[in-house]
This record gives sequence, structure tokens and C-alpha cells, in this order.
Amino acid sequence: MTSFYWPDFTLILPEMILVFSALLILMEGAFLKQVSFRHSVHCGTLALGLSLGLCLFQFETGQTWVTFEGQIKQDDFIFFAKILVLAGATATLSMSLPSMIKENLSRVEYPPLVLFATLGMLLMVEANDFLILFIGLEMQGLSLYVLAALHREHLRVSEAALKYFILGAFATGLFLYGISLIYGFSGATNFEVIASVIRTESINALPLGLFVGLVFVMAALAFKVSAVPFHMWTPDVYEGCPTPITAFIGGVPKVAAMVVFLRLLLSPFILLYGEWYSLIIFLSMASMVVGAFAALRQTNLKRLLGYSAIGQMGYVLMGVAAGNSEGAQAVFVYLTLYLVMFIGTFACLLSLKGKTPEGVQDIEDLKGIATLHPKLSFILAVFMFSLAGIPPLGGFFAKLYVFKAAIAAELFWLAIVGVLTSVVAAYYYLKIVKAMYFDDLPETPAPSHGQLLVLSAEITVVLNICAAIILLFFMFPNVVLEMAQRAAFALRI
Amino acid sequence: MIITLDHYLIVAALLFTIGSFGIFLNRRNVIVILMSLELILLAVNINFIAFSQSLGDLVGQVFTFFVLTVAAAESAIGLAIFVVYFRNRGDIYVGDTPIMKG
Repeated sequence: MTSFYWPDFTLILPEMILVFSALLILMEGAFLKQVSFRHSVHCGTLALGLSLGLCLFQFETGQTWVTFEGQIKQDDFIFFAKILVLAGATATLSMSLPSMIKENLSRVEYPPLVLFATLGMLLMVEANDFLILFIGLEMQGLSLYVLAALHREHLRVSEAALKYFILGAFATGLFLYGISLIYGFSGATNFEVIASVIRTESINALPLGLFVGLVFVMAALAFKVSAVPFHMWTPDVYEGCPTPITAFIGGVPKVAAMVVFLRLLLSPFILLYGEWYSLIIFLSMASMVVGAFAALRQTNLKRLLGYSAIGQMGYVLMGVAAGNSEGAQAVFVYLTLYLVMFIGTFACLLSLKGKTPEGVQDIEDLKGIATLHPKLSFILAVFMFSLAGIPPLGGFFAKLYVFKAAIAAELFWLAIVGVLTSVVAAYYYLKIVKAMYFDDLPETPAPSHGQLLVLSAEITVVLNICAAIILLFFMFPNVVLEMAQRAAFALRI
Repeated sequence: MIITLDHYLIVAALLFTIGSFGIFLNRRNVIVILMSLELILLAVNINFIAFSQSLGDLVGQVFTFFVLTVAAAESAIGLAIFVVYFRNRGDIYVGDTPIMKG
């Protein structure tokens, strides 16, 4: 008789908090007569914050745990990724409250969906087996499709949600097909077993099916991080969804998917580096070029940010292409700072009204607001300069480390393309700054032009923290650098 | 004729290809897209079971159960989104919302 194996539940305490609070909020909304939307969002934020605290507490132990029959792994790499995901989710959920109410989206199912999506991301990140990775990916994917379609009355929103769903589901199909091939030709779905199979065989003796499977999996993950040529959904979803939901869909899930990308390629498949690095270089270059050039002619601010996100993911992939622990560290630094810039930018957009009272849509909506709101414009300008990579702001250092890793791995062409496209991209970031500072207010402005939405304390806090991190990064770079180094070290490449 | 692993893999690959073409060449109907998605997941399941049988390993069959469950959840959510789309548009044609347009 086999003894029953009791897994160590304390290792997944943050996830359990998310599950139970999400279910609780859902039940509350379903059965209690009067539940305020405000209350459930606060509960959700609290749960996310609590899990974040637990993960911070677990970080930097330098230990590795593998539990649940080898399905789940915890080490510093994974804790760091979980901290990023949870911090991003906490910030986006808490700051979305006033504009969700403004847009008539105060539905109780919103916070549980965010919690379930976050839970899926945590599972993705900590998976040590393709089965758990798949379940995590689907959990976040399905929650995000529903979130994207939350604004049921608008055609634009449902078109964006439809496109997001179809392409996301197709990516899942690719991912599963890849996994089935990897399973068939290596005989396992567990990352460590796959790694040992690859280690024992010589590269030439490995079956072709394994490489084909890896390519399918990479294509699916490229969909999730919206790398070119799998980026079709990004601009539409960014533009179509309500701003608070775009802030969630565009930020945290990409970080989680990128971490999975990094971990898969550098942990079980690192010995196949010679096979996959050219694909990553292609994805990276194409993303940087499309992200830079396609955004130039955009007038819709959110669509522009979508293309900008495509470009930024190209830079992150440059660190993946380096394929060593220096590259992994650069990826983590970049992801941290990108998340901060992204959330900060959306916090700015969420606090302003544009032509329509719901919020800023076009670059025109920002014309001349520097005279009305000097502080907010300054902070938004900081984020734009940082995204463009202008020193001494955080975004500059993020790019610097990625370029350094690429050059150390002798990927000179990639670094050159990166520098050139970042010059092109600077144009559209500066266009936004120009609209704020150097354009006059329109002569007959829409009545809501330049007015503030109701500013909540949460938005102010998130804005100030994000701005402080970006502005002061050059004074204390070691805080992030050392965390990223620990995380990269845990990969043991 | 003996049916070997290769035959199963070829069938699965064909189903996968048909499913992919169904998504990207389809200019008519959203429901056809949902059917194509199901076809892709079906191809995956055939792959998993064929490999599981030839490897003598149960993991593949367990995986299939999870894929089935997720496929059901996915089509439920997909249909819900289609209903929302239909309500706003009045039809379910995707001809003028091209999927591949960036």
C-alpha cells in the first residue's frame, strides 16, 4: 500500500488566500442583498496585499522547495516573479475603483475575476510541470477574456474581447500541441525530467519532434507577451477595453508570461540554446521595429501605448536571447521597471477626463493640461521620458542592462537594432510630452477637457510610489539589482 | 494494415491544420471559429493519447482529462462573448472585423 502523500500547504499560502477570498467575495455578491462594489474591491485589494506580504516574507531564503509530487516549485526566482505579479495586481485593482464606478462597471464579479487571473499567473510562474503551467495559463486567460468583455453594451469592447478570445484560445491550442509533442518525444511533462532527458542525450540524437514542440510552445508564449508576429490582438484590446481593465490586462499578465518564457527556455531547455536563440532574436527584433514604427501614426493614446508595449517586450526578449544569468537579471530589472512605468502611466490616464467624461482617449485630450495640472503632467512626462529611455530615469537603466547582457552574449546586431528603434520610439513618447507642455489648450475645448476625475487616495499613492521608483532608481539601483541577481541565481544556469 | 503511432500523429496534425485554417481563412461566421478551436484541442487530445499508449505512461491520459475540462470552460466563455457580440451587432459575421489586422 502506498502511503498517502500530504503536500506542504504552507508553501502555497498566498495562493490559498487568493482562492478563498475570491470565492468569499463572489458568494457575498451572489447571496447578500446589498453588497457595495467599493467593499468588494477593498476586500480584493486586501487579499492581494496580504499575499504580497507573505511572498515578500518568503523571498531571499535561497532555498528551493519542490512540492505536490514535483508539480510546484518555489525558489527565489519564483518568489520574485510572484512579488512582481502581486504588486502589480494590487496596484491596478486598488486604483481602478473610481473609474470603474464612473464607467458604470461597478459589478461585484470584477474583483474576483482579477483575483482568479492573478491566481492563474501565480500558478503559471511556480509551475514545475506542463500540466500546472497549462492550468495556470488557462485560469488567467479565461478570467482575462471575461474581464475584457465586461463592458457589455459597447460594440468596440465586444469586438476587442472577441478578437482577444479567439487569438488567445488559438494560442492555447498551439501551446497544448507543443506540449503534446514534447511529452511524446521526451516521455514526461515535468520540467526536471525533461531537462534530464535532454542532458543525457547528445543534441544531435534528440528527436526532431522535441524541437518542433518547443517552437509551438514558444509561439504560444509569444502570443501571450504580444511579440511580433503574434501581436495582432494587442492594439485592439488596449484601445477597446475600458482604461482600468486595460491597465490590468496589459500589465501583469505580460510580466507573468515573460517570466514563464524565461524560465522554460533557461531552465529545462537551456541546452538547446543553439536551437532557440535565433527564434528569440527574430521575435525581439521584429517587436522592437514594429513597436517603434507602427506607433508613430497613432492618435489614440491607448492604442499607442499598446504598440509601445509591443516594443518594450522586444527589449525584454533581448535579455532572454542572451541566454545566461546576466540576461535573466536584466530581464527581471526590465520587467520590474516596465511594470512600474506602465502602471504609473495608466494611473495618470485614469485620473484625467478627456473629450468624453469617462477618461482620456486621444493624445489631443492632453493638449495644454500642463498649465492646469502641473504635478500630474510632470509625473506623466517622467514616465514618458523613462519609457523612451532617457537618463537618469529608471527606463534608461532597464535598457542599459538589457543591452549590456546582449553585447556580453555577442548579439551585436540585436543591440544595434535596439538602440536605433529606441531613438525612433522616443519620437512618439515625446509627442505626448509636447502635447501637454507646448500645445495650447484647444480654443473650444470639450467641457470635460483637462478636468480631473475624482481622485482617490489609492491613485495618488500608486502614482507617487511609481514616480518615486522611476525618479530615484539611479540613486538606489542596488535594491532592484540585488533582488534580480538573487532571482537569476536561483535558475542555476 | 497495422495502425502505428505515426498514423495517429498524422491524423492529429491534419486536424490541427484544418482547425488553424478554419480560424484564419474563415470570413463568415464566429461559430465556425469556435468549432475550429475545438478541432485543435481534439487534435491535441489524440496526440496525447497516442503518445501515452506508445510510451506506456499514464500522464498523457491524465492530461487529456484536463484538456477536455478546460475546452468546455473555454467554449462556455467563448459562447458568452459571442452572445455579447451578437447583441451589439445583430449578426455574427466576422468579415469586417479581420482577426489578423494589427
